[in-house]
Amino acid sequence: MNWTWFHKLGSPPHFYRIAGAMIPWFGWPAAVLLFAGLYGGLWLAPPDYQMGDGFRIIYVHVPAAWLSMAAYVALAVSAAVGLIWRMKLAELAARNIAPLGAAFTLLTLVTGSLWGRPMWGTWWEWDARMTSELVLLFLYLGYIALHDAFPERRTGARASAILALVGLVNIPIIHFSVEWWHSLHQGATITKLSAPSIATEMLVPLLVMALGFTAYFTAVVLVRLRVALLESERDTAWVRALGADDV
Amino acid sequence: MSEFFAMDGYALFVWPAYAVTVLLMAWAAIAPWLQHRRLRRAIRRGNR
Amino acid sequence: MTPARKQRLAVVLLVVFGVGLATLLALRAFEGNILFFFSPSQVAAGEAPLDRRFRIGGLVEEGSIHRNAGELAVRFTVTDTARSVTVLYDGLLPNLFREGQGVVAHGRLNDDGVFVADEVLARHDENYMPPEVHEALKRGAESPVGKHYEEQP
Repeated sequence: MNWTWFHKLGSPPHFYRIAGAMIPWFGWPAAVLLFAGLYGGLWLAPPDYQMGDGFRIIYVHVPAAWLSMAAYVALAVSAAVGLIWRMKLAELAARNIAPLGAAFTLLTLVTGSLWGRPMWGTWWEWDARMTSELVLLFLYLGYIALHDAFPERRTGARASAILALVGLVNIPIIHFSVEWWHSLHQGATITKLSAPSIATEMLVPLLVMALGFTAYFTAVVLVRLRVALLESERDTAWVRALGADDV
Repeated sequence: MSEFFAMDGYALFVWPAYAVTVLLMAWAAIAPWLQHRRLRRAIRRGNR
Repeated sequence: MTPARKQRLAVVLLVVFGVGLATLLALRAFEGNILFFFSPSQVAAGEAPLDRRFRIGGLVEEGSIHRNAGELAVRFTVTDTARSVTVLYDGLLPNLFREGQGVVAHGRLNDDGVFVADEVLARHDENYMPPEVHEALKRGAESPVGKHYEEQP
């Protein structure tokens, strides 16, 4: 197999340029999708037969929850690539996905709490689904803390990559927690094998939101990566050449 | 319209959930974007 | 890939697989112990502890909710369709608490075999639909919209 394209993508000036070109292609669709999803979720979708308008929290809670898990997988894959190929770009990607993933995990917990209080009757329950999502937050924070604990950045990247990989086991636990234990949280609505058990006019805004969150996440990670590349390659010729181009 | 804001009596839960989401996502996008702009400016100055 | 990279890839895969397997086994072993959760059938069969708090879960039986006027205290039965257990609760009930709804109650059994709860939480199922669809569903699975939800358990 020919790996040249892969190594070329890992070259900082090359990636910096590609990322810059890609950001609008994710950023603008993200803005359009998020506004459409907000409008659809708050206005167009009908109220739920049991929860009334209270169910509309789904449109921020569920996309945030999906993204909190998808971001962790992206972090772990980047960390593994960094570990195996010693690719600096992958190490930077893992470290820059982490705070964003942690933010979405926190968002999931907060919006879930705001949903649980009126419907279930509790802000928080030490239940399998909620506890495993809290563990995810600690994994993100632990990853960041361990990464930054080493004076040499690349040593930190290597050590924390191991933690990121070990933590991967939590992702299926979060997903299946509602099946394996008697959880207060309901089972999967969309990611189950049979047809989704949600009315189509409620489902469409949810999928639009989920797409919007994903596009948003990609765009923001690319911006963060460009910042990280400039900071870590500050004294190289290609960064100085950038300065000369800007007038 | 006031019915829309009342959210079936769940306004106290629905609106805060949307508010934290919008605020957090706006901040998480704007902060690195501004930082990138600052960095590019600093690099340009450093060259002179 | 160079041999060194191949080796590192193998180590990484081995670590992920090993930790995953170990966690799975640990969780399986703990499952029965960490959560004191019993179904009405288990309680009726005398499997639930009498000396400690535990959780009971099931559906609120249709027509079983009783409360005295002007009082917060409520009595209802929780069923798993096979057996049922009477629950006493004095406190605020969540919005989703209603007949036929899934609930989880925390508390302990008294000497009469009545479950005295200090917390009652309502569960929500994974189905979301507008009220009209729910009405149509109740009128029978004949309606075209109802068909779609028919296969759900």
